Amino acid sequence: MTALGKGAALKNERCYEEVGGDPVTQNACKLCTPLGACLAFRGVAGCIPFLHGSQGCSTYIRRYLISHFREPIDVASSNFHEQTAVFGGSAVFTAGVGNVLRQYQPAVVGAATTCLAETIGEDMERLVSDLQKANPTTVPVVHVSTASYRGTHIDGFHDAVRALVAQLAQGGAPLDRVNLFPGMVSTADLRHLKEVLEDFGVGYTLLSDYSESMDGETWSRPEKQQPGGTPLADIRLAGRGKASIEFGRTLAGRETAATALAEKFGVARHLVGTPIGIRETDRFFDVLRLVSGRATPEKYQGQRGRLLDAYVDGHKYVFEKRAVVYGEEDLVIGLASFLSEIGVTPVVCASGGRSKRFAESLREAVPDLPAETVVREDFDFADIEAEAARLKPDFLIGSSKGYAMGKRLGVPLIRVGFPVHDRIGGQRIHHLGYLGAQELFDRVVNTILERKQAMSPVGYSYL
Amino acid sequence: MAAETMDTMELPDLIPERERQVLRKGDAQTAAVVDMECNKASVAGSVSQRACVFCGSRVVLYPISDAIHLVHGPIGCAAYTWDIRGALSSGPQLHRNSFSTDLREMDVIYGGEKKLEAALMELIAKHRPNAAFVYSTCIVGIIGDDVDAVCRRVSRATGIPVLPVNSEGFKGTKRDGYRAACDALFNLVGTEPTEGLGPYSINILGDFNLAGETWIIKEYLRKIGIDVVACMTGDARIQDIGRAHGAKLNLVQCSGSMIYLAQNMQKRYGIPFKRVSFFGIEDMAAALYETAQFFGAPELMDRARELVRGEIDGIMPELKRYREKLAGKKAAVYVGGAFKAFSLVRALRLLGMQTAVVGSQTGDKDDYRHLQEISDPGTIIVDDSNPLELARFCMEKNVDLFIGGVKERPIAYKMGIGFCDHNHERKEPLAGFVGMLNFAKEVYGSVCSPVWKLTPRCAERYVQRKEAVS
Repeated sequence: MTALGKGAALKNERCYEEVGGDPVTQNACKLCTPLGACLAFRGVAGCIPFLHGSQGCSTYIRRYLISHFREPIDVASSNFHEQTAVFGGSAVFTAGVGNVLRQYQPAVVGAATTCLAETIGEDMERLVSDLQKANPTTVPVVHVSTASYRGTHIDGFHDAVRALVAQLAQGGAPLDRVNLFPGMVSTADLRHLKEVLEDFGVGYTLLSDYSESMDGETWSRPEKQQPGGTPLADIRLAGRGKASIEFGRTLAGRETAATALAEKFGVARHLVGTPIGIRETDRFFDVLRLVSGRATPEKYQGQRGRLLDAYVDGHKYVFEKRAVVYGEEDLVIGLASFLSEIGVTPVVCASGGRSKRFAESLREAVPDLPAETVVREDFDFADIEAEAARLKPDFLIGSSKGYAMGKRLGVPLIRVGFPVHDRIGGQRIHHLGYLGAQELFDRVVNTILERKQAMSPVGYSYL
Repeated sequence: MAAETMDTMELPDLIPERERQVLRKGDAQTAAVVDMECNKASVAGSVSQRACVFCGSRVVLYPISDAIHLVHGPIGCAAYTWDIRGALSSGPQLHRNSFSTDLREMDVIYGGEKKLEAALMELIAKHRPNAAFVYSTCIVGIIGDDVDAVCRRVSRATGIPVLPVNSEGFKGTKRDGYRAACDALFNLVGTEPTEGLGPYSINILGDFNLAGETWIIKEYLRKIGIDVVACMTGDARIQDIGRAHGAKLNLVQCSGSMIYLAQNMQKRYGIPFKRVSFFGIEDMAAALYETAQFFGAPELMDRARELVRGEIDGIMPELKRYREKLAGKKAAVYVGGAFKAFSLVRALRLLGMQTAVVGSQTGDKDDYRHLQEISDPGTIIVDDSNPLELARFCMEKNVDLFIGGVKERPIAYKMGIGFCDHNHERKEPLAGFVGMLNFAKEVYGSVCSPVWKLTPRCAERYVQRKEAVS
C-alpha cells in the first residue's frame, strides 16, 4: 500500500469507520477522476489518452464521453490481468504505450492511473522511465495520478491540465501571451473563449481545447483521431506567458496548472469565477484587460448591452422563480451567480464534488444568495431529489442525469453542463461570456413561458 | 473497381499480435474453415472495444428489477452503469438506480467491509428488495475485503439472499463476468417451490427485455401454449428465478453469457437446453419450432406454424418495400456476442444486403468457424477489434451500414456510413417478427438518409462513380 501511505493529501480525510455517515451513494452526481483526465488529454492536439488499469475503465469512459460529444474518442488501456496486479504493470505499460505509438503516431501520450493501479502502488514516474529505457521515444508521455477514490472527474481534469504544463511547459524570455485554463467547459464555450482572446489581439495558450477534437467535422478520409486541440508548441510556451487566467473559484488554495507555472516560471496567476452571467463575465474581462494591456473590443460592449436589454425584457417572467442547480461545483457557482442576478432564487445548489470550498466560494460569488438556500457538496441525485421535493422549485438546471428526477417531480429541466445524453447538441451548449448568458437567459425564460402555456387551459398564443 | 475501395493509406496495419485474430474468407473453392485465435486477453494499447469482468456481470444481472444491485468500490463503475440499458420492468424499477459504496481514500486504506455492511443494511431496510447483488470492483480483492462474509452476515440478518458477484474488472475478460453472474443466478435457482407449473414450461436464458423484447417472445410462446417460468434476466423477479428448476427446457438466446448457467442447470436438474436466437425471421421461427418440437405435442407445432405464418404475412409487405431500397448494400457488423452476429448476417441477407465485415468481442473458436461457414467469400471476420481496424475494414469494403453499439457509432458516422444500434442501450425492440420489421426500418432510415449525399466522402464517391459511368 505504498501509494497510499503518502499522507499529505489525507489530512482532512477520514474513513467511514471513524465518521459513519451515509454509506450509500445513490445515482452519483459526479464521475470518476480518470474520465476528466481523458477529456483534458483529448484537448491536446494529437494526444492519445492512456489509462493504466483494467480494460473496462477506458471502455466505460469512452462510451460515456461519446454519448455526450457524439465524437470518437480512443482511450487506450494497459489492460491489467491478474498477473499484472501481482507483479506490477511496467511490462503492460511499456507494451501498451508502444502499440499506441506505432498505431497512432501521437504527438503526446496522456497517461492516467486508475484506482487499481493506484491501489497496488504503481509509480508512474518509474513506469515512464522504464518505458524510455525499453522503448526510447521522443513523443512526450505526460502522466497524472487519478485514483478514483480521491476526488471526482473535475479533479482528474484539473490534475491532467496541471500535469501537462508541469511536464511540458518551458521557460524563456516572456512573450506577449496569456494562458487560459477554463476547466471543463463546453465546446461552444471553448470556441467563444478563443474568439475573445483573438479579438483582444493577444497570443494565448488555451488548455485544454477540445472544441474541435470533441466537436469536429465529418471526415473526407479516414483519420486516426479527430483533428484539433491545443498544439504541443503552445503548451511549451505557457512558461513564457505574461499571466495565467484560471476559471473556478473553488480552485483557490489548490494546486493547479496556473500555480505550477507560477512556482516554476513566475507566471502570475489570476483566478476568476467561471464567467456565467454579467457579474462573473465582467470580472473575467477586467482581468483580461489587465493582463493583456488592451481595451475590451467594442463587440463585447455590444454583446453586454444586448444581454442587459434582454434581462430587462424578460425580468418579470423569472422574478422569484425557484431553481435547483446541480453539477460540478464551479459550474453551479457560475449558474447561481447568473440566476441570482436575473431574479431567480437558487433554492438548492448541489454538487457531487468535494473541494471543501464549495459553500464558501459560492457565497463569495453570490453575496445575495439567501441564507436558507441548501448548499451541499458530496451530494447524490437521491439527496438532490429529496431536497427538490421539499422545496418545490420551478425548474431544475443541470445535466441530463436529472431528467428522471424532474419527470417524477413534474418540474422542467434546463439542460446545461456535462453530460447531456438525451439531446442532440449537448456538447455545444453555450454557457460562458455575455453571449453564453444570452442563450441561457432565453432558455430559462422560455422554459417558464412554455410551462405557463402548457399549464393554462386558455391556450394563449401571445405572452 | 478502384472507386469501390476507399483509400486506407492513413490507417496503420494490424498490431502483429493480432494478425491471427483477423481472417479474410477465401472464395468458395479454396475456403477451408480454420480456427481463429480468440478468447484471449486484449493486447495492451490496442483500444479494444471490450469492457471488463464487471461489465459482463453487470449487464447480465442488471434487468432483475426487484433486487438491489450494489457496486462495491470507488464511484466510476457504478456511475457508468446507471440506467444504462433499455431493459424494461413490468413492476419494480429498483434496477434503474445506481447504488455504490463510493469508496474513499481512507476506506481503501482501512478496508470497506463496514461501509459495505452498513450500505446493505440501509438499502434493504429502505427498499425491501427480494435479494441483493454485491459486485466487487477491481480494488476490492486487493484491499482485502471479505465480501462473501459480509454477504452471509447481512443475509442472515435480513432473511433475503445477498449474493456476492466476483467481478473484479481485471480478473479475466467480459466472459468471466458472465460466469460470475451465472454463479450468482445459479445460487438462486432451486430456492422456491415449483408446484403449479404447467406441462409445457420453459425458461428463457439470455434475453434482457430490451425495449420489451422478452414480452414479445413470451406472447408468442403463450399463443403456442408454452409457459415461461423465468426469463433470465429480462423483467425477472427473484422468485421466478428461484423456481426456474421446475421448467422442462432452457432456451438459451445470448449463448455467450448464459451457456454456463444452462450447463449447470442441466447437470444439477437435468434440464436440457437449446441454443436459439430471436433475431430475424428465420431464427425466430426456428426457435419457436424447436421449442414446440421438444414437447412433441402436435397441437403446439400446429399453433407455432400458424403463428409464424400470420406474423410473417403481417410484416412482409412493408419488409419488401425496405428490401427494394436496401438490396445490394454492404454492411459491417461488430457486436458483443457472436451468436447475435450469426442472426444479423441472416437478417441482412433477408434484406438483400451483404455482410462484408463481421466480428465480435467475445466469440470462441466454434463461433468463428460457424461465421466462416455462413459468410460470403471475401468477408472479413475479426475477433476483439478496435476503432482503427474497424475503420480500415469499413473503408476497404466500402460498406453502407455499420451495426454495433454506441462506441462504434462515431467510427461509422465520421466516415459517412449509416449506423444501426444493436446494443443494450437501444430503445426499439429488434427481436421477434415485429423486431425484424423495426430492424429493417432502422437500417433503411440510416442507409437511405439523404444526409450522406452531403458528407464529403460520399459526395466524392458519388462523383467518382458518375465519372466512371460517363
